[in-house]
Amino acid sequence: MLIFLNHLINGISLGSVYAIIALGYTMVYGIAKMLNFAHGDVIMVGAYICFFAISSFNLPPAVGILLAMLVCTLLGIVIERLAYKPLRQATSLAVLITAIGVSYLLQNGAQLLWTSNIKMFPSFFPGQPVELFGGELKITVASIVTVAVCVVIMLALTWFTGQTKVGKAMRACSEDKGAAQLMGIDVNTTISVTFAIGSALAAVAGVLFCSVYPNLTPTTGSMPGIKAFTAAVFGGIGSIPGALLGGVLLGLIEIFASAYISTQLSNAIVFAVLIIVLLVRPTGLLGKQIREKV
Amino acid sequence: MKKSYLSKTNWVNFATYGMVIIAFVVMQLMGSAGMLSSTIRGQLVPICAYVVMALSLNLTVGILGELSLGHAGFMSVGAFAGAVAAAALPISSAPLRLGAAMLIGAVLAGLVGVVVGVPVLRLNGDYLAIVTLAFGQIIKSVVENLYIGMDAKGLHASFLENRITFTDGGRMILNGPMGVNGINKISTFTAGFVLTMIVLVVIFNLVNSRAGRAIMALRDNRIAAESVGINVTKYKLMAFVTSAAMAGAAGTLFALGQNTITASKFDFNMSILILVFVVLGGQGKMWGSILAATFLTVLPETPAMRELRDYRMLVYAIVMILVMLVTNSDKLKGLAGRIIPKGKGAADNG
Repeated sequence: MLIFLNHLINGISLGSVYAIIALGYTMVYGIAKMLNFAHGDVIMVGAYICFFAISSFNLPPAVGILLAMLVCTLLGIVIERLAYKPLRQATSLAVLITAIGVSYLLQNGAQLLWTSNIKMFPSFFPGQPVELFGGELKITVASIVTVAVCVVIMLALTWFTGQTKVGKAMRACSEDKGAAQLMGIDVNTTISVTFAIGSALAAVAGVLFCSVYPNLTPTTGSMPGIKAFTAAVFGGIGSIPGALLGGVLLGLIEIFASAYISTQLSNAIVFAVLIIVLLVRPTGLLGKQIREKV
Repeated sequence: MKKSYLSKTNWVNFATYGMVIIAFVVMQLMGSAGMLSSTIRGQLVPICAYVVMALSLNLTVGILGELSLGHAGFMSVGAFAGAVAAAALPISSAPLRLGAAMLIGAVLAGLVGVVVGVPVLRLNGDYLAIVTLAFGQIIKSVVENLYIGMDAKGLHASFLENRITFTDGGRMILNGPMGVNGINKISTFTAGFVLTMIVLVVIFNLVNSRAGRAIMALRDNRIAAESVGINVTKYKLMAFVTSAAMAGAAGTLFALGQNTITASKFDFNMSILILVFVVLGGQGKMWGSILAATFLTVLPETPAMRELRDYRMLVYAIVMILVMLVTNSDKLKGLAGRIIPKGKGAADNG
């Protein structure tokens, strides 16, 4: 029972990281109708920036995270402006190939800049793990912080998209770009803001992910990126609560699959779940069925 | 108008056949005259495999207009199925054994293509890219946990851990993460050439058939195609499964030209490399894929380029982005259109 609880907590904590990454995918997909393949690699860049800020420049962790968010935000805006904006009218295939190119560019750029040697990400969450049941169940500070951060981000985003002017503009753009533009919304700025928010979240996710799995390499971001995308599809792409639900479910599936079925096959099981979801419910758990107009 | 369109397509097709035949004859002559270095000779079979991979991915990307990011996964299925088949089949003639192994690799990869394609190709959007990407990972984990051995009683397989017990004279063929070792190299340049020609014939005949026109209509405007009664899933599946089967045959060819193959060879990077061949050669242009696959495999091996090896994938990524921007952005297209006068009609599907 205690082991089960332990896996449950680990699953929710990992799932929260996936949920934060999945938010970036879902928001960008909702507004630009494109799969931003490079999102996973933005996570990696964020983790590297934070790593160097803390270990090379001895900055406090909070400053490191803020710096990572800043760099990733700029990176997200630059990627959108240079690579995706010229392709607004192009086919989705062209955009997808470009996004893969960007992802590959970031990975290989990171490899040249920072080499492919594994960097050990410092654990900077202070304090002892919380002990329950007379010390038999330990919950690390990192997993508590991860879940808390995820919940806060989720609430903040729900408020942001629902109440603020920019958030309403984002929803309007995702419904109908042409009509939004006629109402005086600056579509390009709105899309840039979406990329900026998604990339800042990716930086947070990168730091949280690396504080649990500390091996940092230029390909660190790709696997959680793919899994978070799976989570976004699972929950219903375009839906913010869907990203949370999908992320947590995927984290649980991954942890339980590796605990009770097979460690080597846990990735395969996660992806098999994706295929089954697409087979049974292509729009995901909370996704809306969009009817196509001709 | 219709007549001139067909003849231009035919001209491009015959030029492509001619190019492959001439390349084969020249390489054979140079080989028999001893003018080829051992590096190049060792590259001939992999080049053929990459050319077939690029052609088959171009069928999915250029003709069908969908993206497969797990093409290396189909290659992997073909490679391991073919390697096991070649080791197990009781055929003494090497070319026949190779042919049978390729057939088995192609059929198995095609079947896997059906399994992957049926759920995904019903959906619109970018789902195929994601699911094939996931599929590539699944195949890798499955092969790394698969153990196949053979003794006098036939083939034995076990999953996750090696539980195979042999009667006397048994040996392992596929050894989990270690892959297949000590492969009897029966792939030849001639076999690669024949496979390339077969694949070209299949693709050109498919593209110029009723089915091929239906597939291209789906690519250009799915809704319009659907409204004139084209069965979307059927034609998408037809193109995708053909493409998967070809990738399987290429995988067998590749595997049987190596000493050792492991599942990690056919990873995401391999899928991207093949995609680079297709994008650089031009989507839908088969001759472009052949040239791109050949040169991008040979160039990094030349002494002048060795120095730049570390930058290779970085350059590929930049080239891929630039090609997409130049061919798809309205602004840049207008700029290019002013320099290069427009061709007559869109007869690019050779």
